[in-house]
Amino acid sequence: MIRKMEKEYAGAKLGIWLFLFTEILLFGGLFLLYATYLSSYPREFAIAGREMHLGFGTANTILLITSSLFAAMSVTAVQQGEIRKVLNLLGATIICAMIFLVNKYFEWSSEIGHGFYPDSPRFSAGPIGEALFFSLYYLTTGLHGFHVLAGVGLLTVVALKVRRGAIHAGDYVLLENSALYWHLVDLIWIFIFPLYYLVL
Amino acid sequence: MNSSNHPTLPLTSFWNDTGKCGVSAWVFSTDHKRIGLLYLYSVLISFLVAVLIGLLLKIELMAPGRTIMGPVTYNALFTVHGVLMIFLFIIPGFPGVFGNLVMPIQIGASDVAFPRLNLLSWWLYITGALTIVLSLFTGGGPPDTGWTFYVPFSVRTGTNVSLAVIGVFIVGFSSILTGINFVTTIHRLRADGMAWGRLPLFVWSIYATAWIQILATPVLGITLLLVVAERLLGTGLFDPSRGGDPIMFQHLFWIYSHPAVYIMILPGMGIVSEIFPVFARKPIFGYKMIAFSSLAIAGAGSLVWAHHMFTSGISDMAVLVFSFLTFVVAIPSAIKVFNWVSTLYKGSISLEAPMLFALSFIMLFSIGGLTGLVQGAAATNIHIHDTQFVVGHFHYVIFGGAGFAFFSAMHYWLPKFFGRTYSEKPAMISWGLMFAGFNLTYFPMIILGMKGMPRRYYDYLPEFAPLNLISTIGSWILAAGLAIMMINLFMGLLKGRPFGSNPWGGATLEWTTPSPPPTENFDEEPVVTHGPYDFNRAGVP
Amino acid sequence: MADIEKDSHHIIRYPKLVMVWVFLLLLTGLTVWVSRLDLGVLHVWGSLAIAVMKAFLVIAFFMHMRYEGRLLRGLLLLTLVTLAIFIGFTFFDLSYR
Repeated sequence: MIRKMEKEYAGAKLGIWLFLFTEILLFGGLFLLYATYLSSYPREFAIAGREMHLGFGTANTILLITSSLFAAMSVTAVQQGEIRKVLNLLGATIICAMIFLVNKYFEWSSEIGHGFYPDSPRFSAGPIGEALFFSLYYLTTGLHGFHVLAGVGLLTVVALKVRRGAIHAGDYVLLENSALYWHLVDLIWIFIFPLYYLVL
Repeated sequence: MNSSNHPTLPLTSFWNDTGKCGVSAWVFSTDHKRIGLLYLYSVLISFLVAVLIGLLLKIELMAPGRTIMGPVTYNALFTVHGVLMIFLFIIPGFPGVFGNLVMPIQIGASDVAFPRLNLLSWWLYITGALTIVLSLFTGGGPPDTGWTFYVPFSVRTGTNVSLAVIGVFIVGFSSILTGINFVTTIHRLRADGMAWGRLPLFVWSIYATAWIQILATPVLGITLLLVVAERLLGTGLFDPSRGGDPIMFQHLFWIYSHPAVYIMILPGMGIVSEIFPVFARKPIFGYKMIAFSSLAIAGAGSLVWAHHMFTSGISDMAVLVFSFLTFVVAIPSAIKVFNWVSTLYKGSISLEAPMLFALSFIMLFSIGGLTGLVQGAAATNIHIHDTQFVVGHFHYVIFGGAGFAFFSAMHYWLPKFFGRTYSEKPAMISWGLMFAGFNLTYFPMIILGMKGMPRRYYDYLPEFAPLNLISTIGSWILAAGLAIMMINLFMGLLKGRPFGSNPWGGATLEWTTPSPPPTENFDEEPVVTHGPYDFNRAGVP
Repeated sequence: MADIEKDSHHIIRYPKLVMVWVFLLLLTGLTVWVSRLDLGVLHVWGSLAIAVMKAFLVIAFFMHMRYEGRLLRGLLLLTLVTLAIFIGFTFFDLSYR
């Protein structure tokens, strides 16, 4: 019986990593497009990149890194059987994620307000290339934001299960895998941040 | 062969031993065998619909000019034919049907690693399939872009591309989950003694396939989402008037879709690698090389995508590199063919239905592979690009290769799961008709392409008429063979004579359990003590 | 089979995780600071190098990869190499047009 549990634990771990690999390649397609269009339109990308709000970007980076820390700590906490602490840490992770999304909302609204969106009159008139930057920016951060939202849902379910006692020091693979997913969301952002907010 | 024992059906099996046999006990079952059969029925429905559409296309091409349909209908039908055959039949077919039915038993497991995820995969497949069907009858009508959804046409056409593409996206997600499930299963659930060097070659091929599903399918996912974004939001990523590059769509599309043809063919190669040793009564020749070449094909096959784009305006350097890499893929493919032939050499060959299909696989796949090299070479590619040659080549590989391997596997393995078997004589007749009809249908296409007949047109110049007529007649013979095969197979599986646990004399684990197997597959956990083709030690010399 | 199980229940203590977090914040500060300098092409590669370092920290410690067996590490490497090839080989086309 113990051996079977151990097998399932290792299997679940392998399974979630394989899933994360697919996520890496899903975003990989967008990074591929970014790389090719950056090489085709370096000047236009630089001009468009200067319109980005560095403040929002940096704040969101810090938020995600911090939420990742909380998620990692929650795994340590469950391993040590500190259930109260697990719940607090998961709550903190979720709050960070929510603030991230609120930030994102204000950032997008401001940008759209300035006329930066696909097919906008501003881009139809302007030089080609700048619009590509913003299209990619919206698609990449939009897809990422969707993953943040999914992560919030997932972590909420996990928190409820911890409270019900379904996840505990003896069986916490679901919590661990959800944390892994959450770290991946952070990882993707670690690359989005410099590529869209900094290099240009 | 070992037919001396008079087989009887076991009283209980996965069909009835849980006591749950209603429809909901099937569509919500997490048993890999039931899910495999659900996949079988679903992919066969897609296949038969696509066959009928293919016959209509061939009738249209029977004579120059309008025969039974106009260009608009023709465009829609060849698109639907391609989408159904590729995304709903052959990509999910092998992993979904035989990966599910056979792979867990071959490694001595009682189920896959994530049974509920497996069920979700099937439901996603059905959801995606229904979405695709829905796209045919709603919005602007069936998509007319070809199964490749090339921009800019797929962005501009008024037909219902968005919904069809979303359907394909969902089917792709199903494929990813199956891949994750199978890699985990093969890593974690092998029985005691089932070392990597004792894995049946079919399992090796499913393993290589699963990796392509995991690493390449997400790229298709994002590409399709970008097409939808392009249509609905006007992102302009592939629109040259706004700086986008339509060739980037082709790169992204083929980064998935070239490896995807190995999702279609690799399991077929695995299947014939199972069948040759059993029907030649000889251990497989070059086990390690065949296993390794499956991985090598998956790896090298992921590096050659741009050979679909030689005439699209990619750089000469890219043509050179990708042409060279394409030739590299021929090496592991040829390794397999030579090893199969060496396995047959001096074997005691018995020509039964599975073997006939498997033998014709070698021939048809070789023609398909060699015509592939004609296209892989940069110079000849330009001459035959977008002609009937490509259609002929592709059908030789995917229908003559993967399709015949699929039929071979249906004859070899399905009796195991139904406990009853088909009649041999109609099976052989159907094989003969299909083999003859197949070559009559598709070989003329190869010649027509070299003469310059383009593909994807409902009309052609009069000088192409004779060969097109032959091809159309061939398609009827092929269809007749197919009909006989399906009727014979399913009549036999449902009402035929009982099928013993190991009538072929196979040495892999699925032949050590009753036909049909119980829900847990084995009465007691198997311990593996010999290789998959060690007939002597398996007691079936 | 055993290689995936090696030490998979390793517990990482809080102070270590917080240390990693501090390093991540420092690298974030560094990358923002570097972006203000005028480095030309080095800009892209410099920022990516810092991002890779951050990713390494997250994967190694937050995601416990340092304590996993060879199998997962190898498969992660396979994935990253695959992605690098998909992006890199596309430039056989773009760089020579």
